Amino acid sequence: MGKKLLMKGNEALAEAAIRAGVKGYFGYPITPQSELLEYMATNLDARGGVFLQAESEVAAINMVYGASGTGTRVMTSTSSPGFSLMQEGISYMACAELPCLLVNVVRGGPGLGTIQPSQGDYFQAVKGGGHGDYKLIVLAPNSVQEMADLVYLGFDLADKYRIPTLILSDGALGQMMESVEFPEYNVEEHLVDHSSWTTIGRENGREQHYITSLHLLSEKMEEINIHLQDKYKIIQKNETRFESIQTEDADILIVAFGLSSRSSQKALELAREQGLKVGMLRPITLFPFPTDEIKHLAQIVKGILVVEMNAGQMVEDVHLSVGNNIPIDFYGRMGGMIPQPDEIVEKIKDLSKQVKI
Amino acid sequence: METTREGIVCNNLDQMDVVFERTKVLHDTPTSYCPGCGHSVAHRLIMEVIDELGILENTIGVAPVGCSVFAYHFMNVDMQQAAHGRATAVATGIKRVLPDKIVFTYQGDGDLAAIGTAETIHTINRGEKIVIIFINNGIYGMTGGQMAPTTLEGDVTSTTPQGRNTLIQGHAIKITEMAAIMDGAYYVTRQAVNSAIAVRKCKKAIKQAFQNQIDGKNGTNFVEIVSNCPSGWKMTPIEANRKIDEEVIKYYPLGDLKTPPKGA
Repeated sequence: MGKKLLMKGNEALAEAAIRAGVKGYFGYPITPQSELLEYMATNLDARGGVFLQAESEVAAINMVYGASGTGTRVMTSTSSPGFSLMQEGISYMACAELPCLLVNVVRGGPGLGTIQPSQGDYFQAVKGGGHGDYKLIVLAPNSVQEMADLVYLGFDLADKYRIPTLILSDGALGQMMESVEFPEYNVEEHLVDHSSWTTIGRENGREQHYITSLHLLSEKMEEINIHLQDKYKIIQKNETRFESIQTEDADILIVAFGLSSRSSQKALELAREQGLKVGMLRPITLFPFPTDEIKHLAQIVKGILVVEMNAGQMVEDVHLSVGNNIPIDFYGRMGGMIPQPDEIVEKIKDLSKQVKI
Repeated sequence: METTREGIVCNNLDQMDVVFERTKVLHDTPTSYCPGCGHSVAHRLIMEVIDELGILENTIGVAPVGCSVFAYHFMNVDMQQAAHGRATAVATGIKRVLPDKIVFTYQGDGDLAAIGTAETIHTINRGEKIVIIFINNGIYGMTGGQMAPTTLEGDVTSTTPQGRNTLIQGHAIKITEMAAIMDGAYYVTRQAVNSAIAVRKCKKAIKQAFQNQIDGKNGTNFVEIVSNCPSGWKMTPIEANRKIDEEVIKYYPLGDLKTPPKGA
């Protein structure tokens, strides 16, 4: 580990990407992620990469598509309305199996919404987002340190599985300053040999490579679909990541990701001070979702409280994991509002009464 | 050589001089294009140029959405298939990370001049050092003959059944003229493939465009090829080629629209 630095989340993410060997960044300004774009503009060219400000998010994601097709580590970043514009290109990349790192510093919606933090893009992130049957690997940091750490993991997983990987952040994680240490990371050791499929010219007269997402014959398209679904199953099996906090003796389990897990952890401490045995499961990967771990914990605890900064999106995946075996309650704030620890404690108390603790 | 019911039969091929060969940069396969379509000729010209310039091992093409969506099945070069209209953005991504490679796009009028207008204009405005080949046949062939941004006034298509009315559907867009006024453009030309002489001139222009990129000239090379669509126009190939001479090039005149200053 290097020395400890005080950085904004957006800047820490950008610095980590450069250290992880990103060679192409294509993006478009939008609040609250613009520091990331500006950091790349200031630093990437001088450190061996290419920065380009695109004319739109639509163009940016297609530049990423083209550059990724050469086997180069590439990325883009945006915030919610811009991420909607990128969905077309992301769908094409998912089908053509092009690796890249995507970053959505989420703001409140729908529509132009607000520039304040939100988790309202959960469905869009983990259920596909664009057209067709596909998934992204979705990583959810909850600190400036993780804004950096998950970049390395994101690139490695993208390369390993030939899949676009998304860091689902939010406006607060992007803007807030915390200390961060950048790990040792030898880029060369992590790069994957993509030469069997990249389009860089038919060197030495080798056979043609082409990148496409078009398969007009239904039999062929179904083969591709099955291949993608098989890949997602392997990812589900191998790459699920989560953090468990005081779940060993818990009666009430909080499930929260990203920024809302920070408020929830404070609420957990406050509730424990009041004698309530509360634990927390924090998914770090939203796809793959820690279904098995939640199912396991549901057999131990008496009730589950899902806390999100939206109208209730991840709670559906908790329901799918647990079924109707125990009560599942939800607390959410929207529009850029952040759930406060005391509000969450009240919900914990309500749930405790309901399950007769 | 003798003429039989099966055609002309040649018994002594090995004793004859080869005066023309199909370039191996084209796949040895039938294309999906309709008989008489200009796409096939345009494909051949580009592949011959790549062959003659010796850049096959260095070249990456970008195919669009439209009739030429399967260009990579015919052009035997490394290729990426782009989303509708996004070919020049994809090409930008390739060229920016691999600036020493030769990159070209091959796009129809709907792709380049309707849904991809923003990408087209901004790619040229940035002066991306690529070749853009723009096939203008004034119709959406792939989807069955709807109005294109370049459909001429009065022309009947499936979405202009009374003929294109400029008061309702606007004017046939002159995007090549727009390209020519941009500082990022290095070489802008409009060619055709409806006659032997036009084909020869067109090949020369394509070669110039690629040579400019090989030489690292500072800007975008844009080659419009006025083409036909016998199926979409509901004409025989001969009638379609005649329409190009009699109508299309009156509105879209052939020739160079921007050439670099001498010594540039």
